[in-house]
Amino acid sequence: MADNVFRLHYDIDGEDFSVAGEASSKIKKTLKQLGVDPQIMRKVAVATYEGEINMVIHANGGTIDVEISPENIVMILKDNGPGIPDINLAMQEGYSTATEQVRELGFGAGMGLPNMKKYTDEMTVDSRLGEGTTITMIVRTNL
Amino acid sequence: MKLQEVKEILDAKVLSGDDLLEREVLSACGSDLMSDVLAFVKDQALLMTGLVNAQVVRTAEMMDMKAIVFVRGKEPGEEILELAAEAHMAILTTDYPLYKACGLLYSAGLR
Repeated sequence: MADNVFRLHYDIDGEDFSVAGEASSKIKKTLKQLGVDPQIMRKVAVATYEGEINMVIHANGGTIDVEISPENIVMILKDNGPGIPDINLAMQEGYSTATEQVRELGFGAGMGLPNMKKYTDEMTVDSRLGEGTTITMIVRTNL
Repeated sequence: MKLQEVKEILDAKVLSGDDLLEREVLSACGSDLMSDVLAFVKDQALLMTGLVNAQVVRTAEMMDMKAIVFVRGKEPGEEILELAAEAHMAILTTDYPLYKACGLLYSAGLR
């Protein structure tokens, strides 16, 4: 039901790595206020956080939309970055194209996309080279 | 184990969250790689790391952790302490290296 859906929208700044995670933090706080189960809250938080970090590292920012309904939580992460040439390769644990600078900050270990898949019930990656990437993730809440 | 005991065992200094030391932590994790911390499913509660930046606090926040211990005497800046306070998280620092800090808490029963 459309009127049962709670929507959130965030613009992600791709310039500043130190503020990366701010949107995911706000999403988590909202889920807490809505009384969402802590386990589900953590799954959504980690998945959006990894996605948000990816956007800052690889795509110069983007947008995050979250739709919360009684049945599930849908996260749509959209960027206008370079796109992913080989999605299967990018989904492999340990595969990374991140820079040394990103690795020094504790990321870029090639666990971002695998973690996002692990913490969500459904994930689709739609990526076009030179145009951008849209990742849609669903976490079901009606257990 | 209470955070107060963690503080004593690691001979640590509390930089933020003095009022949170009565909190109980049941398990811990030691890593400089935030993606690995995010890959753990269990409730960890305490993060020990030698990495100092805002993403350490963000990572711990996403995982519902109660405290962060910075090892090898590292002291985070104001910005990181403010983020931690916002997330109701205690911040400690110890002179011990990561391996020793983990070993001491493990021997004391923290898994």
